[in-house]
Amino acid sequence: MVEFTNYDILRNLLFATQWTILLSIAAFIGGSSVALLLTAMRLTRNSVMTKVVRIYVELFQGTPLLMQMFLCFFGLSMLGYEISAWGAAILSLTFFTSAFLVEIWRGCIDTLPKGQWEASRCLGLNFLQTLRYIILPQAIRVATAPTVGFSVQVIKGTALASIIGFVELTKVGTMLNNATFEPFKVFTLVAIIYFLLCYPLSWYSKILEKKFNVSR
Amino acid sequence: MSLVNLHQVHKYYGDLHVLKGIDLDIKAGEVISIIGRSGSGKSTLLRCINGLEEYQEGGITVDGNEVTSEDIQVRRLALSVGMIFQNFNLFPHMTVGENVMLAPTIVLKKSKSEAEQIARAMLEKVGLAEKFDSYPEKLSGGQQQRVAIARALAMSPKVLLCDEITSALDPELVGEVLKVLEQLAKEGITLVLVTHEMNFARDVGSRVVFMHEGKVWEEGDSKTLLSDPRTDELKQFIGAVL
Amino acid sequence: MLYFSDLLQYSDVFFSGLMTTVELTVLTTILGVALGTACATTRQYGNKASQRAVTVYVELIRNTPFIVQLFFIFFGLPALGMRLSPWEASMIALTINLGAYSTEIIRAGLGSISKGQIEAAKVLGLTFRQTLTRVIFVPAFEKIYPALTSQCIIVMLGSAVISQISVEDLTYAANLVQSRNFRAFESYLVTALLYLGLSILLRFAFNTLGKHLFTYRATR
Repeated sequence: MVEFTNYDILRNLLFATQWTILLSIAAFIGGSSVALLLTAMRLTRNSVMTKVVRIYVELFQGTPLLMQMFLCFFGLSMLGYEISAWGAAILSLTFFTSAFLVEIWRGCIDTLPKGQWEASRCLGLNFLQTLRYIILPQAIRVATAPTVGFSVQVIKGTALASIIGFVELTKVGTMLNNATFEPFKVFTLVAIIYFLLCYPLSWYSKILEKKFNVSR
Repeated sequence: MSLVNLHQVHKYYGDLHVLKGIDLDIKAGEVISIIGRSGSGKSTLLRCINGLEEYQEGGITVDGNEVTSEDIQVRRLALSVGMIFQNFNLFPHMTVGENVMLAPTIVLKKSKSEAEQIARAMLEKVGLAEKFDSYPEKLSGGQQQRVAIARALAMSPKVLLCDEITSALDPELVGEVLKVLEQLAKEGITLVLVTHEMNFARDVGSRVVFMHEGKVWEEGDSKTLLSDPRTDELKQFIGAVL
Repeated sequence: MLYFSDLLQYSDVFFSGLMTTVELTVLTTILGVALGTACATTRQYGNKASQRAVTVYVELIRNTPFIVQLFFIFFGLPALGMRLSPWEASMIALTINLGAYSTEIIRAGLGSISKGQIEAAKVLGLTFRQTLTRVIFVPAFEKIYPALTSQCIIVMLGSAVISQISVEDLTYAANLVQSRNFRAFESYLVTALLYLGLSILLRFAFNTLGKHLFTYRATR
């Protein structure tokens, strides 16, 4: 049996952390792109599109992320679409992230007074111009803090990818645990690394929120 | 020739009958004050004229064009109808100058320098030329409302609709806004105001429209009407306000 | 082709998994919200040291994944001499997790109660405990009730992970069924829909409960 020194454990965990970070970034980019599309669909006020978005949100917020991952991974390959753990993780995290972000962003857009839309309309701006010049610049300012805050949920969500066999921080944690029989040490380290990844974002989100509340 | 014409306009909010057959004819250069209790439909009437609200029956024309609430129509309307709101509705993320320049640049497609020229001139007119680079939140309510007026004027509208534009202001700030309106009236701009300012309606306005229960209850020359109301409802209303 | 009919013979497996998930959800909701209430009260009105302790707890939990918390409790704590069954470990992990999130939420509710309310109660001679239970809690909880109940549903959905330490919950049932009949897609789809139904049901239950809890407005 291979002996693991503390240094070995830490080195392996840090190496795996790269994958956690990479998966988080990919999921966040994917999730926010889809969320942007969904937000646009919702803003059209078209009743069919709004309903589609509502069902999408209901489905992905109302079922466990783990189940979404299983469906993407085992399910899709059952149906004949070969997908890697990495692909399934990104796909399901994209669904998950976008379903929450679209709701967060909707909340931000809804906080803008109706008068902003009306004033813009009365000045002759069309729908897209109103979005581009009036609504989005203000909504983005409101949305930054909760969006940064939600990125923490994305990072934590990537831990579930370990269950479908994607080798990231949590997976390497369980592997090291099996190899070293030092669960307390290993999982403490894993937790610390996650904390170091997430806490700065949580903290930054709070700062942004405070700054925004003051400037209002 | 009439600039704004309303013919038998009916408006419902679900079961609620808000406007019950409004007839109104506004000529260029008139200053019309619409008065009445809250809930009498006066703001709704104003919002129908610029297409912010739909109406179900009747017809409205502005400068000969039919008004509907369809997006494209509202935008064409914006070229002839300006609107000032009770809550200013300035765009908080833009400076005063940018607020005024926005529509001339992206709707009228004027060059930036031309738009800036217009903006400066309009801000000059409302006495706020020096606030060009300030953000709205740094201004008092009265100043914000004057910027809103400048913003509407920059589109050189044929008629300016004012929806209780002094109601959200502290009493000491009302005067500066009314003074700007008075100046505009003198220059011959057509104004339609929903207002509680009876003195302004009498002294500056040319005509008063008293609305009650969704109808034009009484209308006429402002001085005569306010000093000698014919209906009990208007008498009561004037008694309550003054 | 999808074969859902094959799943029918496993309905009892799904049902028993569903019941485990429901049972854990009900228990952890009660315990987690109780823990959150205690922590939020401490955080809002306690002394400096206890406030700091609560902050550390909340931040630690909120900034680490639930699955790591679960593994730490289930695998890690026995190393310190605390032996826990999978079910116990899951209970504890879920309660601690919900406790941290609900602390944040409830604290926001407590913070929304104006000082005047507390002063008025004091002037009337109420003790601090009476002020809390009679004056502060009801409006505070009413304010954050939607956020708190959504968090409970999020924790319920997150509980799918406990199948990993072989608690026989709904996800465990799904894994079991798909390993027997090799119909992963159908099995997980049905399970996902069961979770969806559960979260809709929970939301309905919470709304109904909320109407009963906060009736004082309507009856006035």
